[in-house]
Amino acid sequence: MSGRKHNDVVAQKSIVISFRKALTSFSKALPMLIGVVLLLGLFRTFVSKETISSVFTGDVMSDTLIGALIGSVSAGNPILSYIIGGELLNEHVSLFAVTSFIVAWVTVGMVQLPAEAAILGKRFAIVRNILSFILAILVSMATVATLTVIT
Amino acid sequence: MKEERGNGKKRRTQYYGLYFLTGVIFLYAFLAVLEPENAGKSLIASGNVLIQIFPILVLIVIIMGIMNYFVSPKAVSKHVGKGSGVKGWSLAVLTGILSHGPIYVWFPLLKELRDEGMRSGLVAVFLYNRAIKIPLLPVMVFYFGITFVAVLSIYMVVASIFEGRIIEMTERRV
Repeated sequence: MSGRKHNDVVAQKSIVISFRKALTSFSKALPMLIGVVLLLGLFRTFVSKETISSVFTGDVMSDTLIGALIGSVSAGNPILSYIIGGELLNEHVSLFAVTSFIVAWVTVGMVQLPAEAAILGKRFAIVRNILSFILAILVSMATVATLTVIT
Repeated sequence: MKEERGNGKKRRTQYYGLYFLTGVIFLYAFLAVLEPENAGKSLIASGNVLIQIFPILVLIVIIMGIMNYFVSPKAVSKHVGKGSGVKGWSLAVLTGILSHGPIYVWFPLLKELRDEGMRSGLVAVFLYNRAIKIPLLPVMVFYFGITFVAVLSIYMVVASIFEGRIIEMTERRV
């Protein structure tokens, strides 16, 4: 009986230790996360939908690159990227550019890059973001090419 | 010696976060002088983001606590470690798609998992697949159509695995 009680106490203690450990590692990342959230606030205020749509040129190739670039430096809820993407399509920006924009929006994160580098490692963060940028363009090309064939 | 180096790196990471936050606060202070109205708006927007992500932050701390208690480094290695194979890749794709909230709130949990043996390639796959959000798909369908969303989602899963593979290849070379 006392052995069972002892086991319960040990289990309770290790639950407390597990959560304390979780809180400690999370609190270490907290300054970085708050910094990213504050940057997001600046982005939402200073970068409007109009600013984003004004930089496209009309050339498919360069617009695809511009789409990926803008998507990379943009941040926020993906819904926002769909809304902006929909508006860009209405303004006759190519589907290549819009696709690379919405893919880069969610896969490349320049705003959160400092946090990613500090927590997951500089090398990992840089390689991952560069690859995601290139893949945003390739995914956009593959998607639009496939759509052209099947529709 | 190795442990000391590890501790030094951890401390630097912690300080880096504080330096970064201080830098952003200085940026706000600078903008508060130049454009007080917009600086205030930005602060309110940040507050709103923080309120939105708060439940997810709590959820992540709970997941981290539960994982610390139930999941051993051995289990992490088995499911998402070096020998995890197709199961590991599939698990990373699925959990990435099913995870909620902004990408950056998942960094601390992923770091813990990687410290316990998760493959870097699978961390990248998880992060990439966070782009496919099931609750948001109807909105995407509304703007771009179901065929577009289906084709894009398939290519994104493929791209995530490709990215994970390349990250592992580059790490092996170091």
